[in-house]
Amino acid sequence: MSTHADTRVIPKEGLLAKFGKFREIGLLVFILVIMIFTQWKNPNFFTFENLDDLLANASILGILALGMMLVIIIRGIDLSIGASLALSGMIAALTVSNFPETPPLLALLIGTLVGLACGSVVGVVVAVLGVLPIIASLGMMYVFRGLTYIVSGRRWVSAYQMPDAFKDMATGRFLGIRHYIIIAAVFYLLFYYFTNHTRTGRRIYAVGSNPESAAISGIHAKRLTWLTYAIMGGLSGFCGVLWVAKFASAQGDTASGYEMNVIAACVLGGVSIVGGSGKVGGVLLGTLLLGTLNNALPMINMSVFWQNAIQGAIILVAILVNTLVKRNVDRSNLARRPI
Amino acid sequence: MGKRVSLLVLLLVFGCLVAAPAGEVKKYAFIFKSTGNPFGEKLMEGYKTAIEEQGGECILRAPDLPTAEAQIAIIEELIAQRVAAIGLSANDPDALQPVLRKAMRAGIRIVTADSATNAASRDVHINQADPELIGRVQVQAAYEMAKGKGDIAVLSATSQATNQNIWIEWMRKELNNPRYEELRLRKVAYGDDLRDKSTSETEALLKTFPNLKVIIAPTTVGIAAAGKVLTDKDLAGKVFLTGLGLPSEMAEYIQNGVCPWMYLWNPIDLGYLAGYAAVALSNETISGHQNESLVAGHLGEKQVVEASDGGTEIMLGAPFRFDKSNIDEWKSVY
Repeated sequence: MSTHADTRVIPKEGLLAKFGKFREIGLLVFILVIMIFTQWKNPNFFTFENLDDLLANASILGILALGMMLVIIIRGIDLSIGASLALSGMIAALTVSNFPETPPLLALLIGTLVGLACGSVVGVVVAVLGVLPIIASLGMMYVFRGLTYIVSGRRWVSAYQMPDAFKDMATGRFLGIRHYIIIAAVFYLLFYYFTNHTRTGRRIYAVGSNPESAAISGIHAKRLTWLTYAIMGGLSGFCGVLWVAKFASAQGDTASGYEMNVIAACVLGGVSIVGGSGKVGGVLLGTLLLGTLNNALPMINMSVFWQNAIQGAIILVAILVNTLVKRNVDRSNLARRPI
Repeated sequence: MGKRVSLLVLLLVFGCLVAAPAGEVKKYAFIFKSTGNPFGEKLMEGYKTAIEEQGGECILRAPDLPTAEAQIAIIEELIAQRVAAIGLSANDPDALQPVLRKAMRAGIRIVTADSATNAASRDVHINQADPELIGRVQVQAAYEMAKGKGDIAVLSATSQATNQNIWIEWMRKELNNPRYEELRLRKVAYGDDLRDKSTSETEALLKTFPNLKVIIAPTTVGIAAAGKVLTDKDLAGKVFLTGLGLPSEMAEYIQNGVCPWMYLWNPIDLGYLAGYAAVALSNETISGHQNESLVAGHLGEKQVVEASDGGTEIMLGAPFRFDKSNIDEWKSVY
């Protein structure tokens, strides 16, 4: 990949464009302001216990957002992940409740494989059959949700039916940090490497920003599109097991509508919904913003109606800033070009 | 040979037709939403007990799929069988109206339980949840768990949930009693019946109110999520949990002491009351109008009251208490 960009002299750069380069910093400041405000209202915010809860609760959202980022970059969307998460979680929960000796890692593997299968099907429908991603994934959402009810026989798996080893996966700690936080951190490192330093990762951006020129350069757009959905599916399967172990409950309606939170985390993190752009660092901050809101708003003792309104307003402001910054960056990019 | 057999059959059929209306034993049917539902099994078990206690014959039916169409087919069959009354958990409040009206014209009385039809297609509905008792009993439980004083909080479903809001109103009315002077309701939090949100709300309650003694969660998702949080934070014996929960979901938290006891309706009693109402209707002890009353076996005397949909209903009464002594028996039921 070319690295000339770094050495090129850029004559003029607007203030907003500068801000745009550090948009991650802007989002970070935004999060810190919310945190400090919450601390002022409730002195229990900046405690190890609370930050630990905040991160552990945001970990599943964060892992899913990574997969969704890839799908959105390649100009797609996946609405089926809440349902494939539920299906994978249910199958893993049924396995551990019927065979209590199942090691938790095997349960994770089973869930991931189920999710991978789900994602692959969505990928085939989108990439090979050419169905619009929003329609294809909406259809598969109902299929996976229905399958969840069928495999469970409309029943659910409760805490007492799950072996302790399985539930300990969620509550356990390594070096004082909860497993889920570590798992999420590993995924972020992996995805950072994948999107920035591997050929496949860069090609996903290429297809997303300009499919025609990517095709001319000999990139298999279909294969890559399929791959992003398969990765997304695998991640939601993995997260399905994490979810079920965390809440010690597998229901038919598990994570129903959760795909919207995941998409919101991506959009907040600056992943462009029209494809082509999005960064792991941004998605991390998008996730942290949502995680902070979920954690902080209940801690500020305010009416629930205000809580919803404020949450909506904050998300709207973040998206507006994002759009304005992007518009200015695009404009200054165009202006820079010598004619 | 052929002729003789058909004659015999004819005689038998004729015999049945004559015998049926004049027969001593009346038949009472119950149709649940679908097969394989443990809650429905218990409900029908209670119905059967009530019918047999009164010397009737009980027919239990349930379609394979929870659809109104399947229930319509079963009701048609039961009309042909000339049952005295049909108990029903309706899969649709309105779609069954034509066939139920047809049954009523044929003299069959209709009782609904668990899931009602509209007011025009039933004689009476059995309501499992008396809002006043549900609200009051949870505050009484919190009082007992907190040993009379301390902070309490409510973790509800959504802020617009009708049922929960009515129950919370009754909780507040119960708390007005001077007896609860030292019990302070600090916050009503809303977990929106989502696992993740209910978890965050519970965590926030614990951090915001350090003297919190009891969380009342009148919703099955909320109470299970709160049970998990209290278990993970090792707060058994420090912060107590009560409310309305599914026995299967709560078994773990009742056994580990996080939730000393909680409530939900008892499907056996629900079916039992429906059975008594069905017999009373067919014997014309009651007609399904407001202010009538019947004696429902071991449940005692019950009143017919006006329902919110304009029809009438009979309240089952206080919710059923699940604790360490009975949770093992119920956790596999529902």
